[in-house]
Amino acid sequence: MDIRVDTVRKEFSHYPALNDVSLEVKSSELIALLGPSGSGKTTLLRLIAGLEMPTAGRIFFGDEDASSKTVQERNVGFVFQAYALFRNMTVLDNISFGLKVRPRATRPPKAEIRRRAMELLELVQLGGLEKRFPQQLSGGQRQRVALARALAIEPRVLLLDEPFGALDAQVRKELRKWLREIHDRTGHTTVFVTHDQEEALELADRLVVMSQGKIEQVGTPDDVYDRPNSPFVFSFIGESSSIPVSVENHELWVGGRAIGLPAPNDAAGAAKLFFRPHDVELVDDGAALAGVVVASRRVGGTRRVELEIGGLPERVEIDLPFDHPAGEKSRIAFRPKRWRVFPQG
Amino acid sequence: MKPSVIPGFGLTFGYTILYLSLIVLIPIAGLFLKAATTPIEQIIRIATSPRTLKALEVSFGSSLIAALVNVVFGIIVAWVLVRYKFPGRRLLDAIVDLPFALPTAVAGIALSTLYAPKGWVGSLFSDKGPLWQWWHGQTWLPFGLSEFSLNFKIAYTPTGIVIALIFIGLPFVVRTVQPVLEEFEQELEEAAATLGANRWQTITSVILPRLTPALLTGFALAFARAVGEYGSVIFIAGNLPNISEIAPVLIVIKLEEFDQAGAAVIAGIMLIIAFVMLLVINLIQAWARRRFGNV
Repeated sequence: MDIRVDTVRKEFSHYPALNDVSLEVKSSELIALLGPSGSGKTTLLRLIAGLEMPTAGRIFFGDEDASSKTVQERNVGFVFQAYALFRNMTVLDNISFGLKVRPRATRPPKAEIRRRAMELLELVQLGGLEKRFPQQLSGGQRQRVALARALAIEPRVLLLDEPFGALDAQVRKELRKWLREIHDRTGHTTVFVTHDQEEALELADRLVVMSQGKIEQVGTPDDVYDRPNSPFVFSFIGESSSIPVSVENHELWVGGRAIGLPAPNDAAGAAKLFFRPHDVELVDDGAALAGVVVASRRVGGTRRVELEIGGLPERVEIDLPFDHPAGEKSRIAFRPKRWRVFPQG
Repeated sequence: MKPSVIPGFGLTFGYTILYLSLIVLIPIAGLFLKAATTPIEQIIRIATSPRTLKALEVSFGSSLIAALVNVVFGIIVAWVLVRYKFPGRRLLDAIVDLPFALPTAVAGIALSTLYAPKGWVGSLFSDKGPLWQWWHGQTWLPFGLSEFSLNFKIAYTPTGIVIALIFIGLPFVVRTVQPVLEEFEQELEEAAATLGANRWQTITSVILPRLTPALLTGFALAFARAVGEYGSVIFIAGNLPNISEIAPVLIVIKLEEFDQAGAAVIAGIMLIIAFVMLLVINLIQAWARRRFGNV
């Protein structure tokens, strides 16, 4: 089931949480809504679910206008960060809840409900725990029960609100891989919210990067990481360094010196240069950026150094091989291998 | 027992025993000793006399009804106070506690004035009153039903007793349910809604189970308070033997007749029944806590 969000706007007591957002999600796609807190990603998810109603705009499930439908009618699977399991019910009762509350006409027979719930319990790898209560499970197990419960109603779309946010790093990684497997096996159109970019990059088919109630960029992990279309996306996704530059004669200049980076398509004037700390090459001669090392620290297999460049207030960070001899106060010249220039508005 | 960070089990436990003994256990033991001096045949005679049995029935029966009514209305009041923001909410919140503060005799007099056949509310229900008029004006009622005379006397009947007991027991359920409702995660309701549950299903299978332990506590408190209530009931009940006479009134009557043994026997019976009922409620509560999570 594909989802179409059409210029949706949401205000909470006149404060706009979402500003005319449009988005298309293709059937069977796994999409991540990524952004800092307050960017409106959870609001967008809740609007799709029907837990909030838009101030303006419409939401379509397939060709059907879902905007005026209640949560119950939309038939969505929703997974909450804090699990939201019913603790007065066993794991099995939690999973079968959605089937048990159906009106008699569409409710499957008891044995069928039980069979399906047990099947889902196997799918989430919790076979044998059906008689437990949620309090007796670990966080990771609880979230898997919550997912099984959401899948039990055969939802048209699956929505997850920071599903791994409350779990520790190890469990998080496991569940991530496992969610991808389940998605590939069941083929549900899935939208999940996260503020963890690593999670979004690893898990999603496409990313929706949001900021201040707007969508900044939509694209595959490669698109968003390698071709960020705004300074916000560049600095939000992955690590980045930036320095103010000027564009003149189709070249980049810093402090009155060309730094050896061509800018054939950028307008002349003040701009900002963005690059990734690990995407640089050290050079011995020719035009380049040069700076003095003011700090350095070991990060895994590389050495991260902070450079002060010719009187600029911002320091930039670059990665060096861990055995590079550069120490404090040494002078280093480098050129970014890949970069983006955004005009300064 | 796990040693706690704060020592002093011996001290606090000793104090608890001493305190309970002086205030609760010794007076009650005295009561039973007094009752025990009575010959057994006399105890049985007093206990099984129709007047005693009727008084106990009125006492426990109306307390039970009042506590049940309070459970229903207590949930609604707590719900309104927790879930909605409206002008005057704090005021309403404070009013809930008034039955605690008001001298019960004042409440009894106010209620009996209101619900007496000539009172504001009582007159509505009286013979040939507005309700009676309306009822007999209904032409659609099947024959027989319209012949049924709609004539309720509230004050000076067991109904009046129930009303007084509802009044004094109301705060208990509201105050026990309120904090649980305040902590209730709204996400649970949202989860139920996304799974297709309608309002009613969400209330019965998600919200009420979570409130059960608190409801039982509130019920037990309201019930216990109602069984022991005297001041407000005597004004509205009319205290007619075998009709609207509660056991505490009977005890006072016995005392006024210098029949201390009789008073002690009835008091002893009341105590035993109340204790057994509270014990049972406590056991149900322990079960509910295990079943529905530690709320």
